[in-house]
Amino acid sequence: MEKRIILRGVLVGALAGLLAFVFARIFAEPQIQAAIDYESARDEAQAALDKAAGLPVGDEGPEIFTRAIQANVGIGVGIVLFGVAMGALFAVAYAVCLGRVGNLRPRTLSVLVAGGGFLGIYLVPFVKYPANPPSIGHGATIGVRGALYVVMMVCSVAFLVGAVVLGKRLAKRFGNWNATLLAALAFVVVTGVAMALLPSLGQLAANVRDYGPQATETPLPLRNPAGQIVYPGFPADVLWDFRFYSVAAQAIMWAAIGLLFAPLAERLLAPRAERVAAS
Amino acid sequence: MSTIPVTTAVPTPVVLPLPKAMLWLGGTVLLALAMYYFIGIDQGATSVFGDNMYIHEFVHDARHFLGFPCH
Repeated sequence: MEKRIILRGVLVGALAGLLAFVFARIFAEPQIQAAIDYESARDEAQAALDKAAGLPVGDEGPEIFTRAIQANVGIGVGIVLFGVAMGALFAVAYAVCLGRVGNLRPRTLSVLVAGGGFLGIYLVPFVKYPANPPSIGHGATIGVRGALYVVMMVCSVAFLVGAVVLGKRLAKRFGNWNATLLAALAFVVVTGVAMALLPSLGQLAANVRDYGPQATETPLPLRNPAGQIVYPGFPADVLWDFRFYSVAAQAIMWAAIGLLFAPLAERLLAPRAERVAAS
Repeated sequence: MSTIPVTTAVPTPVVLPLPKAMLWLGGTVLLALAMYYFIGIDQGATSVFGDNMYIHEFVHDARHFLGFPCH
């Protein structure tokens, strides 16, 4: 049985990844290109300033893949494989939850587990460390940023599992509705504490040293030695669009996983007689 | 359709006794986490296949868009 569940999870994940890729190709790529254009022009402005100040001008690294490959093939392969990985994790979580979280119908459980995946793996970490387009993010802090993102993700998944266990225990005393609300409240409080304790990216030591106290790594306007702005800060509209589409793409992916897996699970698990009676 | 209850009258059976299914479930989790790592994190802070940027550059756009920290 576990093999059949996992196989279905992987297939559904691949399909969901494909949907998210189509969305990304249409909506995200123009924003990514706008961010890269901003970065290139900013680098030129910076190089001009460095040259005027007599500083050595750094050159760009070699281009391994062209933008066309990155924007059409690379993003597709990346998102579809991500969908497969999430579909596999979803299937394992689904298998473990079966029969252990109350008398839910197989398809209801499918939608709930997918919702949990969206929340735990993507949305809660996003609240603390939102997705950033190219040109946002300093090279010197990539190690710390990667580690912080993983810590935030592990925390949010662990707290979500804890909330489900807690809700299950409270259900006997308070009933399903109240137990669910209490468990959700506990999740919000504990996650909030973790978010408050983890540092914002702008507060990292390397960033405070180079840029002063800032909340994030979003590029500020570039100024010449006289303090005049020679190049603007990162465009706010591009940033908002990119982040909004990032959330939308993940919502599409997880919704597709939950909704496509639901009928498959129903077929695999619901007793035959009940299905006939239901339809 | 709207009359179909969310819960089942028959208790959903525990279909998978965990110790028995452990091999498949555990293996799947490991593989999925490895994929998560290579798509999202490898060749940023840490690198498995030497000090080059092939994976990073290839999935570059996906990495940004899926919410992972990047350069």
